[in-house]
Amino acid sequence: MTEHVHRDDLGARLGMWLFLVTEMVLFGGLFIGYSYMRYRYPAEFHHGGGELNATLGIINTLVLLTSSLTVVLAIVAVQRAEKKRAMVFLGTTLGLGLVFLVIKGFEWSAKFHHGLYPNSHHLSTLPPGEQVFYGLYFTMTGLHGVHVIVGLGVLSVMLWWVATDRVRQDRYVHLENSGLYWHLVDVIWIFLLPLFYLAA
Amino acid sequence: MSEHAEHSSEHAEHPGYGTFIKIWVILVVLTGCLVGVSHLGQTAAVWGLLTLTPLKAGLVFYYFMHLKYEGPLFKVVVLVTLGTLLIFFALLFSDVAFR
Repeated sequence: MTEHVHRDDLGARLGMWLFLVTEMVLFGGLFIGYSYMRYRYPAEFHHGGGELNATLGIINTLVLLTSSLTVVLAIVAVQRAEKKRAMVFLGTTLGLGLVFLVIKGFEWSAKFHHGLYPNSHHLSTLPPGEQVFYGLYFTMTGLHGVHVIVGLGVLSVMLWWVATDRVRQDRYVHLENSGLYWHLVDVIWIFLLPLFYLAA
Repeated sequence: MSEHAEHSSEHAEHPGYGTFIKIWVILVVLTGCLVGVSHLGQTAAVWGLLTLTPLKAGLVFYYFMHLKYEGPLFKVVVLVTLGTLLIFFALLFSDVAFR
């Protein structure tokens, strides 16, 4: 007797894409807001960008790009039933995600030490354009950071599911969808790098 | 049995490790170019931002997110979203331009 299990991988991926589309609109709105404010305060944005640590931004870009690669390689490994390799790739992604957050933490704490944090007294003494710049900087990199944390949580579950064969060669749409989320987080960072860190 | 055959033929179409590693190399090189042009002055930096960044995002969408291997429906969903964002962008700046 064979048990009938309903499965629709295409539908699952389409559903994930529809969710990702809402994420694109969420960040897209912030990007549009950024472009207007940069148009309005070009000098202040130029100055604000100069205050950010471009090196850390570039390192974090390479970290996220590589973590995206290892997710997609983990999917290839699962497709080929190379379980151990898939787990190594996913573990690498988790490690790189943590590295990203640690670097981000150092960067933010340096800003905090200079009195630059949302609603700080020092921030309120800066010209309006720079206040807007830092407002957008903390909002957009903060919202992105939340997405990194969520992505790490989801991918940790995937690592567990690969280990326990819940995700395997003939059943890996969950891993694909988690990967899609992680890649979108990477794409958002691809835009954040030139908009903030390379703005000077 | 037939389902199994379908699965294995689908399996044969999956790209291997090499494809994605190549894309990653291109992404790293493009990041280097983006950082490079950002030192060449404001105009070059803005052009770099407007060309290299969407190119990088496109590569991630097309290869890492497997859009290349999906049907037209997925591509349409993404394009409609990007088009909508572009319309809102155009509306905002048409308002800004005539204030």
